[in-house]
Amino acid sequence: MDDGDTPGAARPPADRAPRPPPPDAGAGDEAPLAGTVRRDIWVLGAAVGIFGVSFGVLATTAGLTVAQACAMSVLVFTGASQFAVVGVIGSGGSLGSALGSALMLAARNAAYGVAMAPTLARRSLGRRLLAAQVVIDESTAMATARPGRRAREQAFWLTGIAVFVCWNVGTALGGLAGDAVGDPEALGLDAAFPAGFVALAVPHLRSTRGRVAAVCGAAIALALIPLAPAGLPIVAAALGVIPALLFTAPPDDPTAASGAVEAM
Amino acid sequence: MSWWALLALAAAAYGLKAIGLVVLGPRAVEGPALRLAALLPAALLPALVVVNTFAGDRRLELDARAVGLAVAVVATWRRAPFVVVVGAAAASTALVRAVS
Repeated sequence: MDDGDTPGAARPPADRAPRPPPPDAGAGDEAPLAGTVRRDIWVLGAAVGIFGVSFGVLATTAGLTVAQACAMSVLVFTGASQFAVVGVIGSGGSLGSALGSALMLAARNAAYGVAMAPTLARRSLGRRLLAAQVVIDESTAMATARPGRRAREQAFWLTGIAVFVCWNVGTALGGLAGDAVGDPEALGLDAAFPAGFVALAVPHLRSTRGRVAAVCGAAIALALIPLAPAGLPIVAAALGVIPALLFTAPPDDPTAASGAVEAM
Repeated sequence: MSWWALLALAAAAYGLKAIGLVVLGPRAVEGPALRLAALLPAALLPALVVVNTFAGDRRLELDARAVGLAVAVVATWRRAPFVVVVGAAAASTALVRAVS
């Protein structure tokens, strides 16, 4: 089990002998996904689903038909972009600026595609084209938190599909139910996403290189929030890898997001 | 919003997602491409945290989300399960909003 690297693992008390490495640590690359991860994925799915309901409501309020709202969630399937479009349209903005900000927000998915490419590289083109549809924040984050290739691939697909289902069911419910639903922000659900991303970032912070990239990425994004249109801060944060690549040594195993090899 | 605009957006969004997977293919599992790919989430995830916590309408905002983030950081540091990290963050943010 790879639970030594996930946020869910309990630390043994300090006075006990250290736990020996899990038996399949050596076969890490092909180890399957742990059960706790599957549960975490559905937790993420539930939060996404509630936001999907919110999107459905907002989209129909902004003038889209239920069919259009649902089609957007199926075909575009990028939450931030979808909210941007209906938000701009709903407040009277032009279609051009709606689409422009949607694309800015969708640009980070290109970086996610690059991040997922090694995990899916040996799959057929057809499978990769299918996988592309679910390349989003959550699937990439869940996948890259796992230390083995097979676990990463499984996490990617399971998260992608779970989020796809939840988001679309939510959209349909929201579109149909109209205003008869609660506000996700009253439940603090907008904080659920940065919280989830904090937990998923942990494995990437175990190497010096990862920490430098993290600090640079966060700093770039923070600095650009007041200066740049929505979406650009995150895309620009990808440049945070440059100082990390230039000024730090690579971890022993670049595919182990946890840096588990050098930590053992 | 016209269906044409919707389909155009869908095509563009899909294209952005597919670029990395299609162009990089088998070459992605070696050398510099791999190191870059493995490092992107390290830079992007903290950026996502920052933007989702502190971004307002083209400006920085400090609100209840920051409380949720602080709770999430503490919970993560204490090795709480993912469910607890997310749940505690949401609950604390909701609580702060409810009492303010």
